[in-house]
Formats: sequence, structure tokens, C-alpha cells
Amino acid sequence: MNNPYIVLPIIFQLFTAILLMFFWLNVNAQRLISGIFSLISLGISIWLFSEIWQNGILISQAGGWQAPFGITFVADVFSATMVLLTSIAGFAVAIFSAGSIRNARLKFGYFPILHFLLMGLNGAFLTGDIFNLYVWFEIIIIASFVLITLGGEKSQIEGAIKYVTLNLLASAIFLTAIAILYGLVGSLNMADLSIQIAEVENRGLVNVTAILFLIGFGIKSAIFPLYFWLPASYHTPPPAISAIFAGLLTKVGVYALLRIFTLIFIPDEFLSNLLIGLAALTILSGGLGALLQVNMRKMFSYLIICHIGFLIAGLGMYTELALVGALFYLIHDIIVKTNLFLVAGLIFKLKGTLNIEKLGGFYRQFPKFSLLMAIPLFSLVGIPPLSGFWAKLYLIQAGYLSGQYVLIGFILLGSFITLWVIAKLWAEVFWKPDVSIPKKIGVKYFYEIKPLKRWAMVLPVILLGITSLYIGFFAEHIIVLSKHISADLMNPQNYIDAVLGAKPLTP
Amino acid sequence: MEILLIIIIGLLYAAGIYMMLRRSMVKLIIGLILLGNGANMLIFLLGRIVKGKPPIIESTAKMFTEIYADPIPQALILTAIVISFGLQSFAIILVKRAYKVAKTDDLDELNTTDEIYE
Repeated sequence: MNNPYIVLPIIFQLFTAILLMFFWLNVNAQRLISGIFSLISLGISIWLFSEIWQNGILISQAGGWQAPFGITFVADVFSATMVLLTSIAGFAVAIFSAGSIRNARLKFGYFPILHFLLMGLNGAFLTGDIFNLYVWFEIIIIASFVLITLGGEKSQIEGAIKYVTLNLLASAIFLTAIAILYGLVGSLNMADLSIQIAEVENRGLVNVTAILFLIGFGIKSAIFPLYFWLPASYHTPPPAISAIFAGLLTKVGVYALLRIFTLIFIPDEFLSNLLIGLAALTILSGGLGALLQVNMRKMFSYLIICHIGFLIAGLGMYTELALVGALFYLIHDIIVKTNLFLVAGLIFKLKGTLNIEKLGGFYRQFPKFSLLMAIPLFSLVGIPPLSGFWAKLYLIQAGYLSGQYVLIGFILLGSFITLWVIAKLWAEVFWKPDVSIPKKIGVKYFYEIKPLKRWAMVLPVILLGITSLYIGFFAEHIIVLSKHISADLMNPQNYIDAVLGAKPLTP
Repeated sequence: MEILLIIIIGLLYAAGIYMMLRRSMVKLIIGLILLGNGANMLIFLLGRIVKGKPPIIESTAKMFTEIYADPIPQALILTAIVISFGLQSFAIILVKRAYKVAKTDDLDELNTTDEIYE
């Protein structure tokens, strides 16, 4: 069904970003506008989601050009869910930023860029055109480049060099893949590509293109041999920025992989085995990396990689049940990872360090904070009934049914390593007797800042904590949602019909 | 013409990747630029090259009757050029900043980020 309003989440973020630019130096106005408009955008996403849940797939043809000739925006349940999660994470980070980001950074346009980033993310989730997807990816990366370097500290710049290089390389590979795809079938519309790629006789070339897409998106989503930029850069910017990166930037790569490999390139046995192998190694390398770290944010960075492996594993098995697991994990992971980095920011503000060996006595000193921080940490481990548990249950069940016993081993190992890492963190930071840490000059501690800003830092953690608890305790809702999306992904005919119209195109 | 383009594209990709594997930051940027140009040329080549047949329908005809030059690859390339222009100018400024704060052009010495334990 045609509905031009589905681009509203994109347009609204653009509008917010432009409006914020008019208050360039008035940082308090920016804080307020960003918070309120993020809340409105959350409302818009909820509207979009409920609209699509009731009416099915909605599309919007840019400029009235019919698919496959024009650029199509498609909102199916998967897209709408991702837009909703983006808005939740975006809202939480906008509020957290208002409390934690320094005025010096805000005066260089932090908030406008944050909203441009959110616009790019919404665009990438809603587009139905592969070249348009490339453009949205570029918008995302240019916004993230600015955010990661904003402030210009030595470590930030050095981290950014690695981040920028690998992302530009990924874009070049992505563009190459699009070029070959266009050369093969002469179309860019994803629904149209889905039909046409299936009819191409030169399967070798199709597989090469698929691998190029896998490498391009693999760099962006940090899968096994391509993840080195992530732990080198994610711990350098302020916590609010690394939270939005951790929650959404790698996940947009996973979204693109899920979309491309269910709609355009249906995994054959080779591709499926490749994905499973990569998933297993991603879980292993991320987990082992996390074990060695003493810096909390670096530890979480490696855990991001470890858990990307679970998502790729779900895609690799390529059964409906496996995708249910992967999608559930995706929903859980976006909320929890954003929350974890916000928690790390909070701990830094309270204690002035993130070195888990130096920290200690947190539970005795701040019992309420500890309780709040326990939610994302234990959700991440997946202690039942918290949110991570259900997703892993489905993944393991799917692995058992499709006979992937080795992969089950890796998933269990990944979960066990996560448990180990979090247990170590809990023992070191929360239970160990307090060691006095010398006060740092230049760090503004939590109890030195104004109460309003303190609340702005605690509120998002509470909000995301409640969301995680909801995902855990009302798992049946999320399972219904994941099953719906997974059925859509496995049978893309509805998507194709909605985009191209039920009538087949006659030449 | 196609053969020439194929060779040029291959050279651009090879040179780009070679330059990226050097340890100098400036060469890294040059490598990225070459790689981007290679990708753009590839789109141009794979959009099929047709000489002197603009996609304009004659006023007497209703649709195309013969082969014409596909305008979409050119639109794609234009978009990609504009985007890569923005990204590359950002990357050049970033390298300049990095040179100022790290006082080195050697990528192997950019390991401050591995030594953050706080």
C-alpha cells in the first residue's frame, strides 16, 4: 500500500538537525530541543510500527516514479522495528548527552550531527533501493566520523584514523559490489533484484558479488577477520557517542546482511557454511579478546564483536527458527549494548576511572546504582528470565534442529565467556573492597554537577533498563514479533509484491 | 575502449590497495582516493558503454527502438563522486590533525588507543 508518510522518521530527524543548527551556540536550547524532538520522533516510530503491524507493508515511491524505476522506500515490520529501536536508543542517548557531554563539544555542533546520524540510520532501515542504501551508509559514516573525532583528543584522533580507513574501504567494496550487480541485471531496486538475480545464469559472478557484499557489510558489522577497527576506536569518544555507536552502527551492518542475504542472495550451501564458520570465529575472537581487557569500555567493545557472531550464526543456519533467534537477539542487543556503554559512562563519572582492577566497592558505596547496572549486565549474560536468555534458547534450538552441533558448541562457549567476563567485572568492580582512587584533575565527578544533569544521566539508564526487563519478562511479545519478521524474511514474496505491485511487469 | 577501461580499473584498484598497505598516512589517503575512483570507473564500464546515442526519444516515436546510453550509471557515479569528495576532504583534514597530535606519519606508531587502561 502506498503511504508517503513512512519517510517521516527520516524527514523529522533532518528537520530536528537543521533546527538545532539555528541554536549553534545556545547549548541549553540545543539540549532541550534535542530531548523533546527525540521524544516526538519516538512517538512517530511507534505510530509507524503500529500502522505497519495492522496494515502490512507500506511503500512510498519517491517523486511518484513507479518501482523499479524510481527510488522506493519500504517499511515492513523489520524496518519499522529497527526504526523503533533506533528511536529508543536515540532518545536515551540524546538525554544522556544533555547531561554528560561538555559545552565545548556541544558548541561544535554535537547535537545536529547526532540527529543527522539518526536520520541516516532511519534512512538505511527504510530504503528499498540498494544504491540508496549506499548513500544512507555514507551519511551514517560521515556523521559518525565527526562524532568520533569531536573534541580532538589524541586517542580519539588515532582511533578515528583506523575507524575512517576501514569504513571508507568498506564503502569502496560496497560500491564495487553495486557496480557488478548493476552490470549483471541492470536494476537497483531490491525487490526487483530479488527476482532478477534468481534468473541469472552466471552463478559464479553472482556468488562473487555476494561475497563482496559480505565483505563490505562485514567490515561495518565487525565480523571475524574484519573487526579490528572496532576495539581500536569505540572506547575513545565520550560515553554517549560510543553508546550510540555500540547500539546501532554495527547493527545496521547486520541489518543490511540480513536483508541482502534473505532477499537478493539466498544462501546456498557454500555461503551458509561460510557464514557459520565466520560466526563461530567471530564469537571466539570477540570473547577471547574481552577476557584480556581491563578497561571496561574495551571489554564491552570486544563483547559487541562476540555477540555479532550470534546474529551471523542465526543468518548462517538460515531456517525460520534460527532467524527468530537472531532477530530476538538483535532487538535485545541494541538496547543492552547502548545501555552498557551509558553505564560505563556513569561509572566513569562516579569514580573517575574505567580500569576494573582499580575500581571496587561499588556495591557498598552505591547500592541503588549497582542494582540499576545489574540489569544490562545480567541481561547481556542471559540469565533467565532476562532478555538475552530467550534469544540464545531459540538459536540453540535451531542449531539442534539443523544439526549444527559445532555451532551450538561455539554459541554456548560464547555465552560462557560472556558470563565469565561479566562475573569478573562484577567481582572486581562491585564486590571487591574499595580501594581509594586518587581524585583526577579535569574530571567533573557525578556529585559535583547539577542535579538536573545528574538525572539526565541516570534517566536513560533507567529507561533502557526497563526496556530490557520488558524484553525479558514479556518475551512472548518479542517472540511473536520475531516470528513475524522471520516469516517475512523467509518468504520475500509479500515484500516483492508490495514494492512492484501485484501485477507482473510486462516488457 | 572497454579493454582500455578494464586495464585502467585494474590498475586503479591495485594501486589503491598497494598504497593503503603502506605505513604512511598520506599514502593511505591516496590509496583510498584511487580505490574510490576505480569503483566509479567500474560502474561506468558495467553500465555498458554506448557511443553517441543519448537516451532521447525522437518526437515521432513513442519508445526506444535501438540501443541507447544508459543514464543511470552516470547519475550513480555523480552521486558517488560527490560523496567521496566529502569523505576524502574529511579524511585529509583528519590526517593533518593526526600528524599534529601524534607527530608521526607512521601508522604503526598510532597505538595510543591500545594503551588506554583508565
